[in-house]
Amino acid sequence: MIRFKSAALASAALALSFGGFALAQEEADQPKPPRQEWSFAGMFGTYDQAQLQRGFQVYREVCSNCHALSIPFRALADPDGPGYGEDQVKTLAASYQVTNAEPNDKGEIFKRPGTPADLIPRPEAYPNDQAAAAVLGKAPPDMNLLAKARKYERGFPWFVFDALPGLEYQEVGSDYIDAILNGYTKPDDPQWNLYYPGHKIAMPQPITDGAVKYTDGTAPTLSNYSKDITAFLTWAAEPNLPERKKIGLRVMLFLFVLAGLLYFTKKRVGEAAH
Amino acid sequence: MSGPSTYVPKSAIGRWFESRLPLMGLVHSSFVAYPVPRNLNYMWTFGAILSFMLVAQIVTGVVLAMHYVPSATEAFSSINHIMRDVNYGWLVRYMHTNGATLFFLACYTHMFRGIYYGSFKAPRELLWIIGVVIYFLMAATAFLGYVLPWGSMSFAGATVITNLLSAIPLVGTAITYWLWGGYAVGDPTLNRFFSLHYLLPFIIVGAVGLHVWALHVTGQNNPDGVEVKNAERDTVAFTPYATIKDVFALSVWLIIYAWLIFYIPNYVLDADNSNIANPLATPAHVVPEWYLLPFYAILRAIPNKLMGVIALFASIAILAFLPWLDRSPVKSAKYRPTYRFFFWVFVVICIGLGWLGSQEPTEGLTLIARFLTVGYFGFFLVIMPLLSFTEKTKPIPASIADAVLPKKADATAAAQA
Amino acid sequence: MASAATVEAPNRRDFLFLTAGAVGAVGVAAVVWPLVDQMNPDASTLALASTEVDIGAIPEGQIVTVKWRGGPVFIRHRTKKEIEDAENVPLGELRDPQTDQSRVKKREWLIVIGVCTHLGCVPLGQEGKYEGWLCPCHGSIYDTSGRIRQGPAPLNLAVPEYAFLTDTRVKIG
Repeated sequence: MIRFKSAALASAALALSFGGFALAQEEADQPKPPRQEWSFAGMFGTYDQAQLQRGFQVYREVCSNCHALSIPFRALADPDGPGYGEDQVKTLAASYQVTNAEPNDKGEIFKRPGTPADLIPRPEAYPNDQAAAAVLGKAPPDMNLLAKARKYERGFPWFVFDALPGLEYQEVGSDYIDAILNGYTKPDDPQWNLYYPGHKIAMPQPITDGAVKYTDGTAPTLSNYSKDITAFLTWAAEPNLPERKKIGLRVMLFLFVLAGLLYFTKKRVGEAAH
Repeated sequence: MSGPSTYVPKSAIGRWFESRLPLMGLVHSSFVAYPVPRNLNYMWTFGAILSFMLVAQIVTGVVLAMHYVPSATEAFSSINHIMRDVNYGWLVRYMHTNGATLFFLACYTHMFRGIYYGSFKAPRELLWIIGVVIYFLMAATAFLGYVLPWGSMSFAGATVITNLLSAIPLVGTAITYWLWGGYAVGDPTLNRFFSLHYLLPFIIVGAVGLHVWALHVTGQNNPDGVEVKNAERDTVAFTPYATIKDVFALSVWLIIYAWLIFYIPNYVLDADNSNIANPLATPAHVVPEWYLLPFYAILRAIPNKLMGVIALFASIAILAFLPWLDRSPVKSAKYRPTYRFFFWVFVVICIGLGWLGSQEPTEGLTLIARFLTVGYFGFFLVIMPLLSFTEKTKPIPASIADAVLPKKADATAAAQA
Repeated sequence: MASAATVEAPNRRDFLFLTAGAVGAVGVAAVVWPLVDQMNPDASTLALASTEVDIGAIPEGQIVTVKWRGGPVFIRHRTKKEIEDAENVPLGELRDPQTDQSRVKKREWLIVIGVCTHLGCVPLGQEGKYEGWLCPCHGSIYDTSGRIRQGPAPLNLAVPEYAFLTDTRVKIG
């Protein structure tokens, strides 16, 4: 064991010096997004259906004015996700006008009511990113992968712990989105955000208390809106999360049994060698 | 692969087949009767683990290629399609992306094992050099594969790494244009990278064949670094003793693999790669995947472009010269206390460089990176040759069997203490 | 070398070996399934498994080809004569005996999959001896009910699953 001591000391010294640098680097006025409690966190986490439905409502009434969300309507019927009924999704899809992929018999590209198989169309006002950028200054990103495409640096040594069973923290993107929505803390400057790196954000404050009317009794507060839309966007980016964790649990149990059996088999084989 | 086999099949059909194509004999002599030193520890199971990872990457890769579209306009959405719509597509893709991580983790363990126990020394120089070639091919394959999702980090990575070649005097720019098939990374680049990403793993398979062949000619090194003298006393049969140990170690490895796939699948993936590539904008913070970070730190530590690129490639190429840099007659660090100390310092240097590679380069960090780069090369170019002649080594056991017996006694004493 | 132990494993080890081997085999099978299933039609394909067609504009005597599940479906607005021709064929004359009534939901509308049952070519409408379909590949001839009458094809043109949503709207699949 002695031989590890020198190595341990050396690595500890190095770690400390790096940690010091990291802390010094961190600007005091750029706080990290606070960590939230999410139903989809942890080994057994799944999505909260009511929350996703509220989140979709927020998307539809607020975000969708500027942001595309390129997922098919049929995904909204996902029982692990928002879980809308087939008929609800069909009606919803039909309420959108979708450009048909192929021209009609006369060779014209035409619009038709959407079907569940179609992608949710882009905001009507901005048919492409250039059009959006021309009006808004910067094209709002497609939200279909937003929760996976955003993060904040956890720094050493926390990023190591974030990977470990029991301590795992994989919701950095969700916490970032939630923090951004709650980060408009200067009423006189709608494009100043506490959590956005550098604070100058292209998106002016999108939503405030009371902007969306919930029908299930949830309080219409910014805090609830941001949690709900974040959960919805996390589902949109990672719809297979519940299935993944369910299969994962079985795989882990199986592998522990297999490893145990193999361990004893190996021991038996080893005994025979002497 | 260890010479003519004495294997005789039991059945008449088997004998008929064997006299025409001695395939079973080859398998028998290589993976059944093949003698392995009896003192091997779990660090010697990584060969089997790496073989498994290679096969896993190829199988999942072939599956992904059935759905992936290598075009600048379609690639990103085809990955999205795999993740959302293809049956178990998310599972196969997470197996592949996290498989790369575990492949490199196993590979680095395997390499550090070799450096610690002196496995590169005579008569295993070729075995080691083939290993370095495999590692280089792996790094190239991983880089090519990372470009395929066509996320913004894919694009930035492809741009930065291919631009390394522009440092070559006179022909550098022409070479980059040739590599890109254009004046920047674009559609033709993606298409050829896909083709090469599919090709290289099979070349790795060939190189692994040579690696295993060379291994079975010289026999395995072992924790005590003494060669097999008496096969009867010093070795056991590969099957069942090594096979069952390998399979057990693999099952434990799979637990880690499954943890990554099912519970933290995005942990090693860069968030920026979930944004589609945009040739007009580079992500705020360009970093390679973790397994290439130390080399990236070395590249950035050197202020001169050409010298940085040379240092980057030299940091891998130098590994091939280890057999001639370290001339100590004692192989295992177990009997080399000073070498052992510097080995662990070297491990810390590599991890430190890796961390620095992930950080934005401030003046202070660049200084540390330079310091560690000197340490990285110093270990190979100064410490190793110096220790070869000056180190006072401990007495090595006369044979493997002698090493195993007192070790057993020690273990019992330790357990009682 | 202890290779003798390989060949004859002692009995007390057998149970453990078999269990570990069996569990390992289950694991391999479980991994193989996703790798096989990934080649099945995916969610986006299944979402397009049914299609709705407006047939109000198809005049009598005309055949419209629509794309369904990646292949052609013939929707034929049959004339009186075509219906009579189809209904008056004695079953004994047919290679694949089916009455016309069993092949349609409304007498004037024949809906069949436009793939020749011989080797998968797309037959041409209103051609051949019975003015049903003629397959250009190997000369299979179908009647106005899409039934095979001459040539190498063994079966009638298949009827897809479909339903009339309204008088002028059909859902295929």
